[in-house]
Amino acid sequence: MGSQPRLIEVRKNVLKQNDVTARALREQFRAAGVFVVSLVSSPGSGKTMFLEKTLTLLRKNHRVAALVGDLATENDAVRLARSQAPVKQITTGTLCHLEAAMVQNALQGWDLNELDFLFIENVGNLVCPSSYDLGEKLRLVLISVTEGEDKPLKYPTIFNSADVAVVTKMDLAEAVEFDWQSAYGNIQAVRPGMLVFKLSAKSGEGMDDYLDFLKQRLNESRMAEVIN
Amino acid sequence: MTANEQEIMHELSIAMSIVELAQEESERRGVQVSAVHLKLGELSGVVKEALLGSFEMACEDTPLEGARLVIEELPVLIFCATCQAQRPISSVQLFCCAECGTPSGDVVQGKELEVVALEIEEWDRSLV
Repeated sequence: MGSQPRLIEVRKNVLKQNDVTARALREQFRAAGVFVVSLVSSPGSGKTMFLEKTLTLLRKNHRVAALVGDLATENDAVRLARSQAPVKQITTGTLCHLEAAMVQNALQGWDLNELDFLFIENVGNLVCPSSYDLGEKLRLVLISVTEGEDKPLKYPTIFNSADVAVVTKMDLAEAVEFDWQSAYGNIQAVRPGMLVFKLSAKSGEGMDDYLDFLKQRLNESRMAEVIN
Repeated sequence: MTANEQEIMHELSIAMSIVELAQEESERRGVQVSAVHLKLGELSGVVKEALLGSFEMACEDTPLEGARLVIEELPVLIFCATCQAQRPISSVQLFCCAECGTPSGDVVQGKELEVVALEIEEWDRSLV
């Protein structure tokens, strides 16, 4: 027997396939001038309500659409359709997260040039979505006041994969004795400098600041396009 | 589905990607893979123990059956503006320079999920 184990260097990203697809999507979004925002959160954080409000309010002056990932049901898409914006469901079955290829498939038949904003709602899960780039420009991580202030400390990875944090259900803050300073401090501990919005999709409190921010980011990215 | 089951699902799909990648390399180079060396960042979103178990499952009925997964865990490193250097952090719950305490979100290491090497047994090329 003469076979000796030998080490050969490979250096390949395990999620290369996803990264390649995500990069292609990002380029497609850039060329079409659509600003793409993805949402990650635990189940029950109020993501769908938040997105419904976002779509309804933005629709007044912008062209918006959404893709919604869900394990099994189409309930979210039905709820979001009330905003009158185009909404497509991505049923992931047993898969706990969205992947770039699923986004790519779901977008078939949509003319991205006709959009200002595209929202991608990930499956409710604070673990798995963190590893998968979807080609989005901005990733929002949502936590609701009912989940407790220490959520960021339990899921530092997802906070590090996101760009902006949104604290939702602020209308319930008093009832559940939510400690904003503590929650904000925990977000800053795991992601120093992270921009945080606090709002209530239900009462509308804080929605304007957040929507102004999105519009500003859309304008900035279009300005950058013109300059380039 | 519980959060725990979801995590295992997640690691299984990652493990299958690793096996696929190793299999491609082994076929391309005409070699038998006996181990896969992986760099796993602390912020990769993947749990080492779950991945090891999933890897064994993913190897079943493939040319990689019986291969080992050797994981090198990479801690988070940030760039510290005060030290002007790469530094470890206090903990993943506290992204501050472990040396001087300056907060930093400038992660320079810790998101890796990368196959770095394959341990191989070469096939006898005279038989090919």
